Amino acid sequence: MPYLGSEDVVKELKKALCNPHIQADRLRYRNVIQRVIRMSKLDQWGQAEVLNFLLRYQPRSEEELFDILNLLDSFLKSGSPGVVMGATKLFLILAKKFPHVQTDVLVRVKGPLLAACSSESRELCFVALCHVRQILHSLPGHFSSHYKKFFCSYSEPHYIKLQKVEVLCELVNDENVQQVLEELRGYCTDVSADFAQAAIFAIGSIARTYTDQCVQILTELLGLRQEHITTVVVQTFRDLVWLCPQCTEAVCQALPGCEENIQDSEGKQALIWLLGVHGERIPNAPYVLEDFVENVKSETFPAVKMELLTASLRLFLSRPAECQDMLGRLLYYCIEEEKDMAVRDRGLFYYRLLLVGIDEVKRILYSPKSDPTLGLLEDPAERPVNSWASDFNTLVPVYGKSRWATISKCQGAERCGPELPQTSSFAASGPLIPEENKERVQEVPDSGALMLVPNLQLTADYFEKTWLSLKVAHQQVLPWQGEFHPDTLQMALQVVNIQTIAMSRAGARPWKAYLSAQDDTGCLFLTELLLKPENSEMQISVKQNETRTETLNSFISVLETVIGTIEEIKS
Amino acid sequence: MISQFFILSSKGDPLIYKDFRGDSGGRDVAELFYRKLTGLPGDESPVVMVTTGGRRHHEGRHFIHIRHSGLYLVVTTSENVSPFGLLELLSRLSTLLGDYCGSLGEGTISRNVALVYELLDEVLDYGYVQTTSTEMLRNFIQTEAVVSKPFSLFDLSSVGLFGAETQQSKVAPSSAASRPVLSSRSDQSQKNEVFLDVVERLSVLLASNGSLLKVDVQGEIRLKSFLPSGSEMRIGLTEEFCVGKSELRGYGPGIRVDEVSFHSSVNLDEFESHRILRLQPPQGELTVMRYQLSDDLPSPLPFRLFPSVQWDRGSGRSTLEPKPRSLNVRLHLPLPRGVISLSQELSSPEQKAELAEGALRWDLPRVQGGSQLSGLFQMDVPRTPGPPSHGLSTSAPPLGLGPASLSFELPRHTCSGLQVRFLRLSFRPCGNANPHKWVRHLSHSDAYVIRI
Repeated sequence: MPYLGSEDVVKELKKALCNPHIQADRLRYRNVIQRVIRMSKLDQWGQAEVLNFLLRYQPRSEEELFDILNLLDSFLKSGSPGVVMGATKLFLILAKKFPHVQTDVLVRVKGPLLAACSSESRELCFVALCHVRQILHSLPGHFSSHYKKFFCSYSEPHYIKLQKVEVLCELVNDENVQQVLEELRGYCTDVSADFAQAAIFAIGSIARTYTDQCVQILTELLGLRQEHITTVVVQTFRDLVWLCPQCTEAVCQALPGCEENIQDSEGKQALIWLLGVHGERIPNAPYVLEDFVENVKSETFPAVKMELLTASLRLFLSRPAECQDMLGRLLYYCIEEEKDMAVRDRGLFYYRLLLVGIDEVKRILYSPKSDPTLGLLEDPAERPVNSWASDFNTLVPVYGKSRWATISKCQGAERCGPELPQTSSFAASGPLIPEENKERVQEVPDSGALMLVPNLQLTADYFEKTWLSLKVAHQQVLPWQGEFHPDTLQMALQVVNIQTIAMSRAGARPWKAYLSAQDDTGCLFLTELLLKPENSEMQISVKQNETRTETLNSFISVLETVIGTIEEIKS
Repeated sequence: MISQFFILSSKGDPLIYKDFRGDSGGRDVAELFYRKLTGLPGDESPVVMVTTGGRRHHEGRHFIHIRHSGLYLVVTTSENVSPFGLLELLSRLSTLLGDYCGSLGEGTISRNVALVYELLDEVLDYGYVQTTSTEMLRNFIQTEAVVSKPFSLFDLSSVGLFGAETQQSKVAPSSAASRPVLSSRSDQSQKNEVFLDVVERLSVLLASNGSLLKVDVQGEIRLKSFLPSGSEMRIGLTEEFCVGKSELRGYGPGIRVDEVSFHSSVNLDEFESHRILRLQPPQGELTVMRYQLSDDLPSPLPFRLFPSVQWDRGSGRSTLEPKPRSLNVRLHLPLPRGVISLSQELSSPEQKAELAEGALRWDLPRVQGGSQLSGLFQMDVPRTPGPPSHGLSTSAPPLGLGPASLSFELPRHTCSGLQVRFLRLSFRPCGNANPHKWVRHLSHSDAYVIRI
């Protein structure tokens, strides 16, 4: 139990929050929540605990929401980073319907986050940088004016520098692009090859928006003739000409001369691809490829050989005289002497294709390509804050979403084992809604004289037979808006002892469900729910196997209540 | 919450291990952590690591650690908790251990194992934080700290012959603050001291043409109090101290910082009017105030470097021109690959320069303010395929001649100009002995980089 104050206060709170009567009574519950928030003697751990606990509370009205936000406002200015981040997360989650409040909170938290990014503690710095990246996914311009804080310093560990470079990529805008590119240019000649390569890739990603300046910088870097730099620059060029065709000319002018400096597989592949696709514009392309073909026997990477085959064929189509001989030799080698089957198969394929005729080859290789500028290869556009608000101030931004998914999958498998009971006294399972919906539905059996039998086991065949034999006793139309989860409906119906025989999956048009229930006198109620394609109303048809209007009406009111509650929760 | 806590030495030997929840595999998790740490690929961060696969006991366990004074303080958890909260807990624990044991290090921890376990018992219960306040804790901690040698007044060089005060009594040795704060020894005369440090970290980036690209100052006012708690303290800062860009006080440009944040126990009633902070400090260490300043330093930069490199002769001359008095200046200049020999000409005998790990290191232990120091370095560089010689001037720096970085300390100087005017204690419960108050201002370099 975290230390939240004096003994009696804590006892009282424990009693109140676990008491189902208080939970059911909205007003009393709200009072307890207010007292929890107002506790003044909390130290930073208590405050963090309270903020965490309040995440599960859903305020019933806008007024109450803003009330709570005002009370918690002082936590945002606390000196403890844990409390500030916890408060930010709470604000983001509570205000999920008010994007301007969310943006406001993120503006206020800019100061503490930037302070944490420059903190002496490397670990705090790293965690803060991960969160900054998370925010930049939704608000790219948020930190643009503070770009200087993300310049890497000489003594920082590698992982922090990498994060900072990523952040710099993401906060680039018209005003700071010049300085950011200057800075990244400096990093490209760093002693550490990994870091230099990361900086070059970063320039590549900025080049998607600011193509000319970046291509110029990359061309200059080629002039340094350093192996680790050249290979990455060529790879960046390859990615860039695909996305920004306008820079092809500049790239083609820069390429001659690179081949002397590339030794690794990735770089060679990129260079060969470029020569193949844009070879018409590069004067000495066939000669460079010829060099590679001469040395194909000593080439160790099969991927390079594959790329070489494709590129040679492409270049042959545009410059046949220069490439015919080379292509022939290459195909001969790949089919007769190559041991890697994938390469051999590709060589065979191209050979057979060529045998069909040159026109056929041209038709196949020059078919229309997809237009990358349509955004297929681009990163997803800004995501709304609500998609990651619940991950803020947890370990998820630190790992990254994809890695977290793999971790939680592994954890899920393990958790089937023995799990310790939750001993935190505030750990009520499930949301802390004052359980209104459950209450309301439970009230219904009390009102009428209808008692529905639980655990009704009706087979589908029986249902179908009975359904077809009865006539519709009652039909009704309820207004309905938008989508919902069939599971929620099924669960809610289960609570009132209405069994679902069959239900379409969510999003099916038209959406149908078949329900059955039986009351204690044995009277069966069979129901069909139909959601029309226009999606604005739900049709309910009820069939009863004994004609009793009273019970029928009670059943219909139960059904209406359940559906109405689902409507409300959804909205 | 937290499943385990352990402390490892810099070589991975477990010094302390405590399991809070009993849901983990056992002591070998410490070894697992160290192996993961040393085996981590270069671009992954070691701050938060997780085990996936492997033995069932340890699956899905997150390790979060900080490095402090060469020790690793690690917590493990299997839940998705706030990383900020955990890192704060770890740094608070390291401060607390430092307060109780004198300083945090392998030796002090090994000598005070019982005390550490007792502390951990009180601070964390079943993995939840109970309290980290020194006030609450001292009611529960019984064990005494063991120090390597007892602190004695004779260690202070202030005791001159026949008890006469010498000039040096104004300076406390640096080990004075590193004795345990919270011991319950009844020796009253040792207790009354308080140390207030205004420490600033300076980050500067200068371009090759001398223009200032970035300057950033992170400052902290740290308090280490040996006084019994309950004494109220008032710290007065410079009156013209302004926060934010639009505030204006006094008549001059004033002393400005961009942002300021205070410890929660500081009373800010008089801050607005007279820039006085009031607080009742608990025993131990405390960061009273943190502030940041960027882009607008009131004082000129402490160092300027004028390098001139001539490539064909392979020599370089560096001239340093510092402003205020500084200590322990070291210039680190990465050199192109293959540089093997170095001959030097330095302007003063106590400096030394050497070639180490592909870089030039020039050490100057003490530098006077306003002086100019120069060093001429001649290097032999083997012929590397340099850039093609069409029109490139010979004075362009060769590749690999990296940015020069300086590390230094500037005592009695703060870059932002913030000074502590006074430190007054209003309530002295312990009677006659006047408490000693030590205030110092210090700036040191965080990353001072000059591009060539």
